[in-house]
Amino acid sequence: MNALPWTIYLSFAGSALALVAGARSAANARWVALLTALAGGVVSLFAAREFTPGPGLQTIVNLPWIPELGIRYHLAADGISLTMVVLTGLAATAGILFSWNIKDRAGEFFALYLALIGGVYGVFLSADAFVLFVFYEIAIVPKYFLIAIWGSKNREYAAMKLVLYSFAGSAVMLGGLLWAYGAAGGSSFALNDLAAAAVNFSRGDQIGMFALVFFGFAVLAGMFPFHTWAPTGHAAAPTAASMLLAGVVMKLGAYGCLRVAMPLFPVGLAFWQPAIAWLAIAGILYAGLVALVQDDFKFVIGYSSVSHMGFVLLGLAAANSQSVAGAVLQMYSHGIIAGLLFAVVGRMVYERTHTRRLVDLRAMPLHRLLPFAALTFVIAGLASMGMPGFSGFPAELTILIGTWKTSPLWALFAASGILVAAAFTLRAIQVSFFGTTDKSVPASAVDHRPFEPITWAEKAGTVLLVAATVYIGLKPDALLNWITPALNSPLFQAALKGGTP
Amino acid sequence: MSTLPLLSLVVFTPFAGAAGLGLLRGASPAASRALALIFSLSTLALSLVLLGGFDPARTAPQFVERHAWIAALNVNYSLGLDGLSLLLVLLTGIVTPVALLASAKAERDSRLFGALFLMLQGAALGVFLALDFFPWFLFWELSLVPAFFLIKLWGGEGATRAAYQFVIYTIGGSAFMLAGFAALFVATGTMDFNTLAQLAADGSLAQKLAAFGGGNWTKVIFLGVLIGLAVKVPLWPFHTWLPPAYAEAPTGASMFLTGVMSKMGVYGFLRILWPIFPGPLHDASCWLLALALGGVVLGAWSAMRQTDLKRMVAYSSINHLSYCLLALFAVSYATGRAGPSSEAAAAALSGTLLQMFNHGLSAAALFACVGMLEARTGGKRGLHEFGGVRTAAPIFAGLCGVAMFSSLGLPGLNGFVGEFLIFRGVFGLNAWAAAIACLGLLATALFLLTFWQRVFHGPRAGATTGVFADVQPGEYLTLVPLVALMLVLGVAPHLLTRLINPLVTAWAGHLTLP
Repeated sequence: MNALPWTIYLSFAGSALALVAGARSAANARWVALLTALAGGVVSLFAAREFTPGPGLQTIVNLPWIPELGIRYHLAADGISLTMVVLTGLAATAGILFSWNIKDRAGEFFALYLALIGGVYGVFLSADAFVLFVFYEIAIVPKYFLIAIWGSKNREYAAMKLVLYSFAGSAVMLGGLLWAYGAAGGSSFALNDLAAAAVNFSRGDQIGMFALVFFGFAVLAGMFPFHTWAPTGHAAAPTAASMLLAGVVMKLGAYGCLRVAMPLFPVGLAFWQPAIAWLAIAGILYAGLVALVQDDFKFVIGYSSVSHMGFVLLGLAAANSQSVAGAVLQMYSHGIIAGLLFAVVGRMVYERTHTRRLVDLRAMPLHRLLPFAALTFVIAGLASMGMPGFSGFPAELTILIGTWKTSPLWALFAASGILVAAAFTLRAIQVSFFGTTDKSVPASAVDHRPFEPITWAEKAGTVLLVAATVYIGLKPDALLNWITPALNSPLFQAALKGGTP
Repeated sequence: MSTLPLLSLVVFTPFAGAAGLGLLRGASPAASRALALIFSLSTLALSLVLLGGFDPARTAPQFVERHAWIAALNVNYSLGLDGLSLLLVLLTGIVTPVALLASAKAERDSRLFGALFLMLQGAALGVFLALDFFPWFLFWELSLVPAFFLIKLWGGEGATRAAYQFVIYTIGGSAFMLAGFAALFVATGTMDFNTLAQLAADGSLAQKLAAFGGGNWTKVIFLGVLIGLAVKVPLWPFHTWLPPAYAEAPTGASMFLTGVMSKMGVYGFLRILWPIFPGPLHDASCWLLALALGGVVLGAWSAMRQTDLKRMVAYSSINHLSYCLLALFAVSYATGRAGPSSEAAAAALSGTLLQMFNHGLSAAALFACVGMLEARTGGKRGLHEFGGVRTAAPIFAGLCGVAMFSSLGLPGLNGFVGEFLIFRGVFGLNAWAAAIACLGLLATALFLLTFWQRVFHGPRAGATTGVFADVQPGEYLTLVPLVALMLVLGVAPHLLTRLINPLVTAWAGHLTLP
């Protein structure tokens, strides 16, 4: 448990080391990065073993930082943070395995990558709003460079758009936090203190603060209609960056909504609840339908991420223990599955075929030429459409159960979202890999194998992620046993009961 | 009761076979086929063991396995077997090996084909044995994956569209069923079929559901579960995915789809919808009877209009399965009303169960026959493309004839028993419905006899004029077991009814509404 902050420090140290090592050779930088990410993952798993689930944040470090402003370097964790930290460890390790072929400025690439990871760990472990904000910004900056330097078509535009959206969102969010900080007397940024003070805020203030903080974070969670940065950003980013972007960075937004906006301003939540739910439903359905007609393979996955994050936001909006637990489970699940999908599309397929257009891929007998990629994509696709046996299913089921408690109508719309997800995923599977069936494939096309074989790094990354989604799919208790007690803390209970303690 | 987890063995042996085939990269096509066949036979072997230990007099599930699984959702890994499940496990055990044999020659890439087929078998068995919604739904959805790829990769020209349509329709239905069960969980805190059925029987389920959003939401939940199952059976007018899927699938897959998979839907009606929603089902039974009659009559009439033999058999499946639903809806309609006897209800219900089994045999045999016609003529299967097959291949004609007359319901063959009982029961429960359903019988006779006449009689014509081989040794293995069972069960239906009678009598004994 007390080792958790080391995930942050190790990542930043690894980042610096990768920069140095990368000056000599790309291979060194790769190994430094892989070992760093692995170390982070191992630390998180060890911490998880010692972790006793319970209500409330368990403080790990709490030191004065800027005493004049009441800012403390305060790190703490509960079952929700732990889930996200474990997810980050898995996604980071897999992402490095899928960028094993980066040669161009590898040192800088991995340095930025690890810095981003460090920031992400930091956000998930912060118990002080200011510290959280700092880590949040640290996570945004490397994204810009990762996309702008190593990205593909449209990268400058995509990188700029993503960063502008992110900064705009975080500026709004900071505004909301400063408002609350000021109204609370300006003595502390600790989440607990702010929440305690917020009880005395007027209803109008709470509604305003909640709107700023929640929607500021929700931009990064890909909430409709602020989602447009996500598909373009995902599509232009290099594989590992798309994996992180969809896998963990979008979770930062949702985590912020859950950790900061909801417990601090329960009255605001009660006011905004229907609006958030309907926007989430709009996102689920709209992004799903858009994904159904995309021609760029990465855009399909990009929009699918927006659609799946809609389920997370709906779970948060429904605001009861079950729906929120489901939302956290969905964050984990989507982090793993989106990573896997981007790995197949960006690394296994694009770097071999050099096209992402479904029209072109359709003409290739890809399931014969790249059977491993085809199998992986089928598994990831099934997981993504919520097939039982994968982590997405218990997550969506728990969200449905929770949502039904709050509003059966929302639950019915969410169920149609499952149908849309099945439709676009199945279309992607059959057009991309099975567009040309065996009968029409000349033997020669298969025999001379035009593509380089799948590397060990890709296989290792695939196994890691598939195991992570299947394990939770069959044993969701492993995470729910952490998450559910965390939601029993007084702060969350106040939020889930609409501000009535 | 033995300590071996027999039911888990039944379900997971085919999956083990699929995994084995997946791992054996170097296996030759012949070896893969043999391995697939051996694993598919495991069900039959194990079901014989089950038959030995099965006590028909007990109506509660037997061989029960129950382990805590997911605490947060109160989910148990719970398997059990009663007469209904046993019948379908037996059917799966018979149809799967036969269907694999039917595809033995034609299919390339036999390792993947066998693995997918075994997955499909295991998933179907899981559906027939699971007693908790979570595992049940897992197998229910899992069955779509191999079915999709079997149709898509080995199917005909329009396979891509047919496979996509099939899966999307089914998932569309399932999504609403899932929402329905989420709601049931909210109201009751469990998704266990038996617990829910008990709550429904003593009336507390309706109260609990009403507490969450009022009476209309109960109807919505019922409708969600109904749609999920109706698409799968399919109940008219949710059937449009079926003819293309069955017609485009390769022969073996068509046999399994119609023989076993279509029973999953009817099974769901009997295991889930009827016990858990007796009241809403009764309220809707008038409309549902009309839909089932639509399937009976229009299914048969559409079959009459088909010139593609596979589509003809596919439409006849809609017709035959609608009889099962007709009987169930008639029972539900009569529930709580004065007059109809529980004897009629028992007849209708045991007719339903027998019809499920018999249709599995006869429809699978018919698809096998069409497949054999295709194999001999380079893929021809038009009604008008053959003639005089009887003279060219007398044995083939004889075996195919038995299957056809069984499907038609000729006394002395198995199909008759089920349909007779259904008509006998439905007449006692709702005479009008039975009268209208007779139109379907008439049309069935018409199209099957047309099939028989055009293809087997007359001078040799069309694709039959050249060389036309009679049944080959391998093909005997496909047709003979099915045809033999049709004959045996036609004369000795008590072999099956013995297994289900106490169960059906118990069902028919509770024809009151909570």
